[in-house]
Amino acid sequence: MSSRGSSTQTGQQRPSAWYAAPAVLFFGLFAVVPMLLVVYLSFTDWDGFGFPQPSGAGNWSRLAGDGEARDALVLTLVFMVLSWLVQTPVALLIGVWAAGRQRNRAILSSLFFLPLLLSTAAIALLWRSVLDPNFGVTQSLPLLGEFNFLGDTSIVIYTVIFVITWQYVPFHTLLYQAAARTIPASLYEAATIDGAGRYKQFFQITLPLLRYTIITSTVLMLVGSFTTFDTVLILTGGGPGTATRIAPLYMYITGFSGFEFGYASAVAVLLLALGAGLSLVVTKATGFRDMNSQQEGA
Amino acid sequence: MTSQRLTRVGVSASTLVLLASVAACGSSGPSGGSGGGGGEGGTGQVWALQDTTLNPIEEASIERFNEQSEAGDFELATFGNDPYKQRLRTAIGSPQAPDLFFNWGGGNLKEYVDAGTVEDLTPLLDENPELRDAFLPSVLAGAELDGKNYGLPMRGMQPVVLFYNKSVLESAGVEVPETWDDLLTAVDQLKAANVTPIALAGNQAWTELMWAEYLLDRVGGPEVFQNIRDGVEGDWSQPAVLEAMTMLKELIDRGGFGTEFASVGYDVGGASTILAQGDAGFHLMGSWEFVNQLGQSPDFVEAGDLGWAPFPAVTGGEGDPSNLVGNVSNFYSLTTDSENKEAAEEFLSTALTDETYIDDLIAAGDVPPVTGVREKLEEAENSEYTTFIYDQTVDAENFQLSWDQDLAADEATEMLEQLSLFFLGEQTPQGFVDALAG
Repeated sequence: MSSRGSSTQTGQQRPSAWYAAPAVLFFGLFAVVPMLLVVYLSFTDWDGFGFPQPSGAGNWSRLAGDGEARDALVLTLVFMVLSWLVQTPVALLIGVWAAGRQRNRAILSSLFFLPLLLSTAAIALLWRSVLDPNFGVTQSLPLLGEFNFLGDTSIVIYTVIFVITWQYVPFHTLLYQAAARTIPASLYEAATIDGAGRYKQFFQITLPLLRYTIITSTVLMLVGSFTTFDTVLILTGGGPGTATRIAPLYMYITGFSGFEFGYASAVAVLLLALGAGLSLVVTKATGFRDMNSQQEGA
Repeated sequence: MTSQRLTRVGVSASTLVLLASVAACGSSGPSGGSGGGGGEGGTGQVWALQDTTLNPIEEASIERFNEQSEAGDFELATFGNDPYKQRLRTAIGSPQAPDLFFNWGGGNLKEYVDAGTVEDLTPLLDENPELRDAFLPSVLAGAELDGKNYGLPMRGMQPVVLFYNKSVLESAGVEVPETWDDLLTAVDQLKAANVTPIALAGNQAWTELMWAEYLLDRVGGPEVFQNIRDGVEGDWSQPAVLEAMTMLKELIDRGGFGTEFASVGYDVGGASTILAQGDAGFHLMGSWEFVNQLGQSPDFVEAGDLGWAPFPAVTGGEGDPSNLVGNVSNFYSLTTDSENKEAAEEFLSTALTDETYIDDLIAAGDVPPVTGVREKLEEAENSEYTTFIYDQTVDAENFQLSWDQDLAADEATEMLEQLSLFFLGEQTPQGFVDALAG
């Protein structure tokens, strides 16, 4: 097959940039165009009727002085960090454990992956009824019955983190399981000969070799929990009060209950900037970009 | 490929994708083919809220109209509460707009009227005086703005009523409260009997709102809220607001709603079940609660354990104890962009007062706001309850629409948020006033 352009002359097979056109087009239409529209809307007042009215930087100065938006952002950060702290060790341990080839592990892991098959709405509704203070399963259990998991403003955020963890740990477990399986068995054999125990093997071999998987999973978790929305909306609706009103929910409520689309767009732009900044910082700080293969002989 | 050709290919490709996405948006519209207003003589759209009891009745009424009328056909599209408000807001003024749409009247409708999207129905009523006379004037007034009429009542009246569990009250030795002080005493007695005094579905603030609405009305009279809404003579900092909220705070702190209300919902297994199971004494709720209980806990209702009473009076308060709050009714309004106006007007003037339609509503436990309906109610099932609702509404000195429907959407959202913080004890009465007045 002959290739076009200068590539034949240099002898290198470089696909034309036009091969990317469909992808770029879709990205442009469904990501860039909406983003630009939201940026435009953030400089307008629009209640959904007629056309947006330009309002200059009005929404932005309001956002700068909005205590509720600040609270929502702080809550989002707390939520993000706690989710990461809880999910990472759990997913890592289950993943490494599930990487073993024993049959009981295979059976149990397939059970662990069950939440992956459920839709977010189903998960949120399920937990809402399990935790219901009057009719939920937890009410008939000793100790657990003492708590009002969704109604007590001091614990409801942890309830949400628990449900999110339950929902997403299987996915990250899958990442770790796959990565742990690529670690050459010869390394463990050598370590055993050298007299290293299981804990030492885990910390000296498994963990260092899973480094890039940990980074990948971390980026996904942080950006994911930064934009979590549907589970919280169905589980608590941001309540009670504002106890679980994280920033994406604040944006939604402003936009679709208060019909202040301009101001909601300003919040959205802020979230967009912070989310993009966050993933940039994480990838830069962890050397994600210089990732190289961990395979033998690479 | 020259760059010019490439540009052309690019442009046509993006046009294609755009067209495809627009087409996709179009077909995701309301159920049923024609997608929006349709052309002259096309099928008109009627949008309403999802309701398992009422939707078949509305459907049947539209079908009857389609068979009888030459003017045009309609079809019903229904949506859940929140999606409905969002979808209506963005659809109106677009080609996707319905011809007739369900609404709550009041401030909710006012936003649409101010945007010039709702047809004035006053001429229709002037031409058909018998149509105007067919509805209770106080209910018809619910969709009246500046003396013009923008909607006709399409279902029953839904005042908020104090429901109670008779056997719970009896075993705790509690009388049905006539005044606020009676209610406070009842709360103490019920607490002593180890039941939650009042069931409250507090995970949604609109249920908590009913308490604030009634208390403010009883304490300061209906003018206080009307002033807030109209923004003329005073805002939330009027003294009556603080007084009412302080009384409400006392009720919350006394344990009137128990400790678990914040996560109780108003769906299956919510506050209604708590009342029916005898775990609570009272439940303040819209009149639809009766139909709800009848469906969810028929044994409870048929045993005669479900009681109902007007909201207690406040001694020394300005508001008349006959005053009601709640949904005056729901209305059908006509959009200005409708291409089926004639058919829609014919529908409004015939279908809503149609004998079969009214009978169907009554059979479903609804109390249609139609004059002379009392005899019918007496003959139908559950007459004890439906005539109570009818008499309450007819005798009410004032019927205040729920605040969250009567305020503009952004104010209502803010108010509900402050209210839920208030019920959680995270906001003081003064803090509530300051937050909303500021």
